[in-house]
Amino acid sequence: MRAFLSRFVRHRPAVLGLVILLMVTAFALLAPLIHPASPFGLVGRPFQPPFGEYLFGTDQLGRDLAAALLYGARTTLLIGLIATTIAVLVGVTIGGLAGYYGGRLDAALMRLTEIFQTIPFFLFAILLLAVLTPSIVNVIIAIAVVSWPPMARLVRGDFLAMRDREFVLACVSMGMSNARIILRHILPNTLSSIIVTASLMVATAILIESSLSFLGLSDPNVMSWGFIIGAGRTAIRTAWWVCAIPGIAILLTVMSINLVGEGLNDALNPRLRTL
Amino acid sequence: MGGLNRGLRYVARRLALGVVTILVIVVLNFVLLHLAPGDAADVLAGEAGAATPSYMIQLRQKFGLDQPAYVQLGAYLKRVATFDLGYSFRHGMSVTDLILGRLGPTLLLMLTVFAISVGSGIALGTVAARNLNRWPDHMLSMLAILAYATPVFWAGLMAIVVFSIKLGWFPTSGMEQIAAFNEGWARVADIAHHLVLPALTLSLFYIALYTRLMRASVLDQYAMDYVTTARAKGLTERQIARRHVLRNAALPVLTMAGVQFGGLLGGAVVVETVFGWPGLGLLAYESLFARDINLLLGIFFISACLVVVVNLLVDLSYSLLDPRIELT
Repeated sequence: MRAFLSRFVRHRPAVLGLVILLMVTAFALLAPLIHPASPFGLVGRPFQPPFGEYLFGTDQLGRDLAAALLYGARTTLLIGLIATTIAVLVGVTIGGLAGYYGGRLDAALMRLTEIFQTIPFFLFAILLLAVLTPSIVNVIIAIAVVSWPPMARLVRGDFLAMRDREFVLACVSMGMSNARIILRHILPNTLSSIIVTASLMVATAILIESSLSFLGLSDPNVMSWGFIIGAGRTAIRTAWWVCAIPGIAILLTVMSINLVGEGLNDALNPRLRTL
Repeated sequence: MGGLNRGLRYVARRLALGVVTILVIVVLNFVLLHLAPGDAADVLAGEAGAATPSYMIQLRQKFGLDQPAYVQLGAYLKRVATFDLGYSFRHGMSVTDLILGRLGPTLLLMLTVFAISVGSGIALGTVAARNLNRWPDHMLSMLAILAYATPVFWAGLMAIVVFSIKLGWFPTSGMEQIAAFNEGWARVADIAHHLVLPALTLSLFYIALYTRLMRASVLDQYAMDYVTTARAKGLTERQIARRHVLRNAALPVLTMAGVQFGGLLGGAVVVETVFGWPGLGLLAYESLFARDINLLLGIFFISACLVVVVNLLVDLSYSLLDPRIELT
């Protein structure tokens, strides 16, 4: 653990990413304390520029942009984390089964994965939300449905490589059940690459969520960064900051997660330095 | 002879997978059609109110909505197989014609993005690899980190603010000035002028992706024995880079570019919406607003077919570029 921490800390950009990410998380958690009123509430004259009466100004309806950003952080992180968790569970299950059992099951599951990877995934997410109506649960489902294939392929590869190693053969010869071998012995050995990939998947999930809500496919009762930009875009000639500021928030959050992911990669797989 | 046979078998296998993919998509579409509020006839008619009552009755009969689900699915498959994707009342056109009319602008955008991103990715990745751990390498990897994290719609909006509104260099939206009635080269120049911002916006992420991939790939290639051999026989570094390393290193980038085609189509929805580029993506956005779900299903189906075809072409060209690739 200490070795892990020291390797992570040595990766300077990762530490920067972690600091930004912790700040965003703190804002998300403390949003109701910092700004108790609803972010949809009208507070004053529309299109007030930033750094005046309100820190980031107001949007086209006179809503406080700073409040919208705070509550948007909650939505963004929540959707990113839950959607990724579901996608990881699905991906690890499918990839693990395919890699461990091999043969026909592997062939069938991998064809399925390939098909899902070929489908234009963003269009599929749009379609799902258009049909199911965009509630927060449906947004999470749509993102999870399009995110699991890379994880399945990764886990399958790891399981395939691990399946014939001595320690697995030893488990088999001890008469251990398949479930026990998979869960207690192979899975922990693949955990580091799963964690790294999952962290990068959170970043992608946030980008997908913001694109969907930009197109108007977000829960109408929940504030989100993409929604502010989508709603503010008609007034971009006069009030460009309404679009600019939430975009910077998305950029910083996604970048911090990517940096943390790379730091984790260096710290967890010290021998496997990708780039 | 055996190689040719193997090649044919490979093509047949990829083709079969493509057909299965399209079948899965049709079934998905069918399920979604039934998940949507109202019955399938409502959805097919573009939601309540748009169609005449007699057409609705006709639709319900045509679809046999009183029949069991598998009979309906069979009928649906048969119609899709003949590219009968229904009728859009919002646009007063058949869905197939509507989509074919919007395909051109999207393909133009995609091809431009493909050329820009693969071209600059290969060039910049080579620069980064040949300046390993020096300032060009560090600068490029910092830019890549930024490009990875930038939401594409936001990049587009900011490009409009800076280059269209503040500087006035490029038009804010559309594909051409229709009122100008340009013809010939004047029209080509006008479209190219409108294409600059959307193409660059959509390319941003892919340039970053291919740059990193190319960098890693070039580094891999320089570690190979054949580079040592080339040096030993007295080739200059320039010759080694151009004739040997770059050709081999570019292959993974090309494969990746093929794999990313589906993602590129998704990005096109957002970019076309931002820039009012009249392609499939903007059509998807418009149908989203008009609640024309049948049109959306049609766009999804045609895009998926497009992706399958492109993947097949990439597979084939890849094996042509590098004959050593196992065609199994």
